[in-house]
Amino acid sequence: MEHLNYRHIVQRRAAGTSKLAIVGVVASGNLEVLAERLLPDNECEVDINTAAEGFGEVWQAVVADFVERRASGGVRLSINDGGARPDMVALRLAQAVRALEGEQA
Amino acid sequence: MTAWDTARRARDSRWQAGARYAQGKRVDARDATALLEAVLQPGDRVCLEGDNQKQADVLAAALAAVDKAKVHHLHMVQSGIVLPEHLDVFESGVASRLDYSYSGPQSQRIAKLLFAGKIELGAVHTYLELFARYFIDLTPQVALIAAVSADRDGNLYTGPNTEDTPTVVEATAFKDGIVIAQVNEIVDKVPRVDIPGDRVHFVVDAGKPFYVEPLFTRDPAAITETQILTAMLAIKGIYAPYGVTRLNHGIGFNTAAIELLLPTYGEKLGLKGKVASHWALNPHPTLIPAIESGWVKQIHSFGSEVGMDEYIRARSDIYFTGADGSLRSNRAFCQTAGLYACDMFIGSTLQIDLQGNSSTVTTDRVAGFGGAPNMGSDARGRRHPSEPWLKAGEEADPDSPAALRRGRKLVVQIGETFGDKNVPMFVEQLDALALADKLKLDLAPVMVYSDDVTHIVTEEGIANLLLCRDRNEREHAIRGVAGYSDVGRGRDARMVQRLRERGVIRRPEDLGIDPLDADRRMLAARSIKDLVRWSGGLYAPPSKFRNW
Repeated sequence: MEHLNYRHIVQRRAAGTSKLAIVGVVASGNLEVLAERLLPDNECEVDINTAAEGFGEVWQAVVADFVERRASGGVRLSINDGGARPDMVALRLAQAVRALEGEQA
Repeated sequence: MTAWDTARRARDSRWQAGARYAQGKRVDARDATALLEAVLQPGDRVCLEGDNQKQADVLAAALAAVDKAKVHHLHMVQSGIVLPEHLDVFESGVASRLDYSYSGPQSQRIAKLLFAGKIELGAVHTYLELFARYFIDLTPQVALIAAVSADRDGNLYTGPNTEDTPTVVEATAFKDGIVIAQVNEIVDKVPRVDIPGDRVHFVVDAGKPFYVEPLFTRDPAAITETQILTAMLAIKGIYAPYGVTRLNHGIGFNTAAIELLLPTYGEKLGLKGKVASHWALNPHPTLIPAIESGWVKQIHSFGSEVGMDEYIRARSDIYFTGADGSLRSNRAFCQTAGLYACDMFIGSTLQIDLQGNSSTVTTDRVAGFGGAPNMGSDARGRRHPSEPWLKAGEEADPDSPAALRRGRKLVVQIGETFGDKNVPMFVEQLDALALADKLKLDLAPVMVYSDDVTHIVTEEGIANLLLCRDRNEREHAIRGVAGYSDVGRGRDARMVQRLRERGVIRRPEDLGIDPLDADRRMLAARSIKDLVRWSGGLYAPPSKFRNW
């Protein structure tokens, strides 16, 4: 297991009011993301436990793009990763902040 | 005096040598090996019908069992290396030289035999190219083919999987070769004549159906959200703006996703009747919902697909069918159709380099390409205009006078930036180059050349290579959709931004697509069972795809 942690100062607060959301599953090639609204509105933290070691640079790039593209302020995201591909990680992160928005229209 | 009929007389003596095992044309299956030993001579060029799908499996086993003191150094010229027996003959020394097109299921073993020097490789061809050579410099002396049934005169019914048979027989029978067919059964009258009996010398009564590889069935249950996203990008970013009505899809989950999104996402975009109506395509089960929803006007097929026969029979407005009602496929004609009459090929690959060359050959697999290099290439002999072809031509060469400007076929490579086991699709250098070096080949086995590919679609967006003006732009257009792979992270962010402003790179958001909308609920069918339902129970999937 490898543990990684990234903290970013961000421009936009994550929309909605839900305090907590979980998306995905812990399985081979997949991941589970727990999103909690715990931080100040201009901060986002991504904490990763991954089965695949040695992909720090890729995680860093995926997380950097995520905080740039999606409004994620105020959220701490905890990831349990089963060796998912980067496209899956990016999708789950986006789904997690979407889920925090609450019921979809 | 010069004799001008030596080949014919040689053919007749082979025919005579084989005749002792035959009653009329009929040969018992247990005499098949003896028949082959009588007919074949060392060094013969032999086409053992291994097609993309249909396999002359009984004749393959019979050939693998010949005495190599009698039959050796055969030169196999066959499109598909599919069955273990196709390679057993090289391991045993019965055959030594190989020219072929596709070896999917045997791709690892063929690589081993190549490295061990057991196979002297001529070339890895595209189908149409190998067929062409059957008529010029690779004409078989003996063809071993497969059909569903034969009558006493040797008239053959090939059923829905006609595939390569007419081409192989044409080249062999009309150039003094011997044609041996294995058939499931011998009947009084065949349902339709696919091969006239005077082209067939021996008929081996196999007493059982030949093997067919179900190659084009993709289980919708296995389609991922990322593949759905790539499919949405392709539909909205390529099918719609170019107005692609005539096309071919490769095999793979991305194109299966496109097929399943036409009646849902495509419908929502108002594209019905405007795209994807005329096809060169095998009978993909995943196209059933689009057919049932009225998207598809007609389909010509290379071969059939296991389980689709009754559906096809009941949809003769869509498919090409014979007087007996069943599908008539023909690989050579369909490949020709794909080359000259389709405006787009879209398919997957395993590796793409920085200029856009792509290959399915990796260090330990030599899969061959089948039809992809043919479908996935610009037909330089094409002369008829069409909207997508002209538009693509204009994008590539905006300055030439329109009436003298060649159009361009859309050749689209689609896939995820990372494939199985997190292996990146984008590479600095194709493994095919290392292979060519190791085997001392003059040509690296490249599937689609850089100058033929027009678009690359990944979950990161679409790279339109037609709009690139030099190698550097091309490289960054590719890096720009290569995501988090090494190639992708090696991009120059400012260069990519400029390309994006020019529409060379289009991100999902540039096309108004939210990746979060890429949801499996958008698939018109989410399981094989759904496909059966769409077909009104006519589609009968093979057991390995049934889980109910």
